[in-house]
This record gives sequence, C-alpha cells and structure tokens, in this order.
Amino acid sequence: MKLKRIFALLTASLMTFSLAGCGENSGQEVENTDVFKIGGIGPLTGSAANYGISVKNGAQIAIDEINEAGGVNGMKFELLFEDDEKDEEKSVNAYNTLMDKGINALLGATTSGCSIAVSNVSVDDGILQITPSGSAADCTNGVNSFRICFTDPLQGELMAQYISDKGFKNVAIIYNNGDEYSKGVHEAFVEKYKSLGGSVVVDESFTSGDVDFTTQLTKINSSNADCIFLPIYYTDVAYITDQAASLGLKLPYFGCDGWDGVINQLNGDTSNIDGSIFLTPFISTDSDPKVKSFVEKYRELYNAEPDQFAADGYDAVYTIKAAVEQAGGDISNEALISAMTQITVDGITGQMTFDESGEPNKSAKVAIINNGSYIAE
Amino acid sequence: MKEFITFIQQLINGLSLGSVYALMALGYTMVYGIAKMLNFAHGDIIMVGAYTVSIVCSIAGFSPMAAVLASIVVCTALGVTIEKIAYKPLRNASPLAVLITAIGVSYFLQSVALLIFGSKARKVQSVLNLESVKIGGVDLSGVALVIIFITILIMILLTLFIKCTKVGKAMLAVSEDRGAAQLMGINVNATISMTFAIGSALAAIAGVLFVSSYGYVDPYTGALPGIKTFVAAVIGGIGSIPGAMFGGIVLGIIESLSKAYISTDLADAIVFGVLIVVLLFKPAGMLGKKKITKV
Repeated sequence: MKLKRIFALLTASLMTFSLAGCGENSGQEVENTDVFKIGGIGPLTGSAANYGISVKNGAQIAIDEINEAGGVNGMKFELLFEDDEKDEEKSVNAYNTLMDKGINALLGATTSGCSIAVSNVSVDDGILQITPSGSAADCTNGVNSFRICFTDPLQGELMAQYISDKGFKNVAIIYNNGDEYSKGVHEAFVEKYKSLGGSVVVDESFTSGDVDFTTQLTKINSSNADCIFLPIYYTDVAYITDQAASLGLKLPYFGCDGWDGVINQLNGDTSNIDGSIFLTPFISTDSDPKVKSFVEKYRELYNAEPDQFAADGYDAVYTIKAAVEQAGGDISNEALISAMTQITVDGITGQMTFDESGEPNKSAKVAIINNGSYIAE
Repeated sequence: MKEFITFIQQLINGLSLGSVYALMALGYTMVYGIAKMLNFAHGDIIMVGAYTVSIVCSIAGFSPMAAVLASIVVCTALGVTIEKIAYKPLRNASPLAVLITAIGVSYFLQSVALLIFGSKARKVQSVLNLESVKIGGVDLSGVALVIIFITILIMILLTLFIKCTKVGKAMLAVSEDRGAAQLMGINVNATISMTFAIGSALAAIAGVLFVSSYGYVDPYTGALPGIKTFVAAVIGGIGSIPGAMFGGIVLGIIESLSKAYISTDLADAIVFGVLIVVLLFKPAGMLGKKKITKV
C-alpha cells in the first residue's frame, strides 16, 4: 500500500515537472492584438530532441532581435513552440493546439515525417507554413508550404557531382534503409553518380538502432572502393568510422548535412575522420559577420554550439519577417503566401529566394573536418 | 583465396556479434528459467550498466575495474529494487500482467535515462584496450576474444552454481514447482530476488562489454539488442543456459552472413524468419527441454 502511495506521489511530481516545462514554452500571456504569432513545432523531448531544441533556440534569437529593433509594421513577434516528440500524430495535435492559440504563421515541423503530416492538414487552413529543416521532397507539396533547407535528392546530386569532380570513381555507400532522409539522398546520389561515369562498388544499408557495422565494412575493405559516402546522421557516422578505424580501413569519407554534430559526438577527437567533407548549409566557424554575431549570441544564451537546425530556425523567422514586410499591412494567409515568391532573404544559411513549389534557391557549402573543427572550404 | 579470407572474416564478425548476444541472453534466460517471467527490462538494465561504466570512468582516479564493479553493484541493486516494486506484487497475477509490467519498466528506464542524459549517444572509454590479433589475413578483435571467453566462463559458473550450491538448488526447485518448494521450506521470495540479483549482475557485465566493443551508449542502447537477445534465448531454448549461449552465437553468425552474402536489407527478416522456423519444428528451442504436462 505504502509503495503505491509513493508511486502516486512520484507520478504527480513528474507531471508537475512536465507542466512546468510547458509553461516556459508558451511565453508571457500578453493581451495585445499587435502581436504576430509564429507557431513552432519540433521534438523537444525524445530521441530527436536535439533538433527541435536547436530550431526553437535559433528562432527565439531571431524573434528577440526583431522585437528589439521595434518589430515589423508596429507588430511584435511572438514564438509559441509545441513539442511533437518526432511523432506524426503528436505533431498534428501540436498544430491544432497552435491554431487554437491563433497563430499567424507556422514554423515547422522540424523533422520530415512530421512536416508532411502537418502540411496535409495545414493546406486546408491555408496558413503559411515554413519548415526549417524538413528535407523530404513531400514536405512542400502544399501551396502554403515552403522550406529553408535543401531537399534530400538535391543533396545527393550535389555530393555526387562534388565527389566525381574530386576524381573519385569507385564509391562505397552505407545508408540507413529505415530513414527517409538517408534513402532520399542515397537514391539521387546513385543515379547522378552513375550518370557522371562513376561506379558504386559497394552499396550497403542498415536499419535505425543497428550498432554493428563490421560486416558492411569488411565488404568495403575487400573491395576496390576509393572513398566512402555516408548519407546518414552523425551518431551512426561515429559508430561506423570508429569501427572502420579498428578494422584498419582508411578511405576518405563524404557526407551530407546529417553529419553536422559529429565532432561533438566524437568528443572532439577527429583523428579517424580528419579530411572528411560534408555538404552543409551552415558552418559555425564561418567568417561572415552575420554568422559570427548569431553564433556568439547562441553561445552566450544557451551555452552550446549552434548547428544547422538552429540556423534554419533563425532564417525561417527572418523569412517570415520578410514576407510580412513584403505583404505590407496585410497579414492574411493569401497575402503572406504570395509575398513568399517575391522576397530575397539574406540569411545565415545563404542568400535565398523561393519558387512557387516552395523550394529555396541557394548555393551549397561544404565543410571539411580538420583537427577537431569544421572548416569552410 | 581472398574470397575465402573475407568469408572467414565475416564468420568471425558474426561470432563476436553473437558472443555479445549470448552474454546478454544468459541473464534473460536465467530469469525466465527460474522466475518463469520474461524480463523485457533486461536490455535496459544493460543500458544502465553501460551508463554507470561511462560515468565512473569519466571521474578521474577510478580504474576501469572500479567502474566494472560499480556497474555490477548499481545493476544488482536496480534489478532487486525493480523486482520488489514492480514484479513482486504481481506474483500471483496472470503471466500477461507481469509481461506488460516488464514492458512498462523497460519504457520507464529508457525515459529516465533520456531525462538524465539526453538523447545524444555518450562516448565511453573502453575498459578493455586490446590490440586485435591477425592470423593469416583475418583480424580477430581482442575485445571479441575477451567477450567469448567471459561468456563461456559465466555459462560454466552459472551451471555449476545452479547444480551444486544450496541457493542454486533452491532456484531449481522454485522453477520446477513453486508451491512444493515453499512446502519444503524454501523461501520463494528470497530465491526469486536472488535470481534477479544475479540476472542483473550479468546484465551489468554485458553492458560493460557491449560499450567496450561499440564505444557509445544512449537511452535506447538496450532496446534492439534486448529483442534480438530474446530471440537468441528462444532459439536456444528459453530457460536453458547452454541454449542461450548457443542461440546467441547462431543468431550472430546468421545475421552477419546474411548481411554479407544475401542482403543487408533482409538480414533482420532472415533472423526473425529463423526464429519462426525453429519454433515450428522445435517449439522448446534447439537445446530446450520439452516438458510433458499431465492433465
């Protein structure tokens, strides 16, 4: 009996904790009609929490900057952020909650699957939706949905071109068969690379949660591959490159934006992956003054190194701001959406314009890993 | 020749993966054999063991050995506590209720780890720094050799413990007939607690060796291996200690060879397919004892 009571107490206190967490997110309740509300959705808890937290933090910096500068057309910006735990159903619930709170534009969702789920619903409401980092092709299917990041297929094509230009003709690939992002990049890469005259000598996959890659690496070791392409997230990159090193496999690595964070994952020891190159929209050591100022603010406020998700979140807010300015005093959904294709945003992930399909036009950057830091090429 | 060396290398890869499964399966199968319950939280206790090692190792001044001991102590205490709080009140409830509770405990441990450590995989300094041995072009990883050795050692010790000690015999009695064991003066609750203590200590050792071979731990470290381990235990014959060892090795080799020669996409399907085939032809598992129930 006693134990049951302790359990009840524990549960109650846990619930209070989580409620306290929510309170923080929703910001101050200001009775003010001159507020432009941006609803954000992303995983703040769960296995993908890093991404959502980065987007939220990056977006908040942009909001604070805009408000300090006096807002837009006399309106202050406000960010209302909801947790979706990278779960599609919860993401749609989060969207409905935000709509009930009367948001004017949507920044989200953070991950591809959730973005697609939300855009299936938001297309009926017609609200302007900008996903900072949902890179699957279907994220921008709705007329109301746009994105800041590159699409998966585009990343694959760009890297195929890059690797081919560097003179590597025999590539080995390990990709995550259970992940839309990885599959999307992989498919486009293989097609483009073959059309450029290269050959894929080893093409291996794994599924999320796998930690043993020795079989795949042994195959690569006995092949004539001259480089390895890993279109996967940084945690898996760390597992693979560690195991490759212990097998004595030393080939140059190439990757995509999922690599962002790999140095932190390796606790700064990049001896196994020095010289690796990956495609990314944002490098925190970039000498661009806008990037520098953002990185400094981020470090000061959150005591962490901003990643591309933070940069995407930041740029998404400035894109919304540009659309609001372009639309003049009219903040209706139609006015904001038609303004999107007329704006040019000079963001920290590059200068971008948007076409009607919702895709950004911007140039790619590659980062080189060298002695514990990312260096812009 | 090169083809052959690659084949042998893949076989060795399977063997070292299999020995990790085997080590994890020992604790699983032991708890099932004695307490007749599937402890789905076993994989997550392994995860706790791995975190403990990583924390103790990161504190300066502690030797890897101290980290291993700390991990065993923490996991044993955790296992006994879980048993007292979550499983003991359900001693006479239906097996399904206990099973669901075990799944709940598994999620609880994962969520707590997520709250404390976050979702980022934590790099763990290996407690075993061993060079790999090269024999005729084939690499034998030192860690894998140690794991195989420890697994066999534990299997033998465990079998001797159950057969030859008083506590072990009490465990056997409890597993055969709980009521009769109680009538013979065996403290059933204490015996089951003891089983959980040993099972969790084994989980701790598995956790230590797991992070030694893979180098990282995250809150979900125990989840997928936990399920694969369960499959290994069932293939070998759940409840049978040599069966767990056998099942683990077989599973590792099947997984590795199907990844190497059939398809990486199909490897998991093949592994679980083998489980179905084994259950069709030998429902008690390869080394399991068939029990005849009198009606």
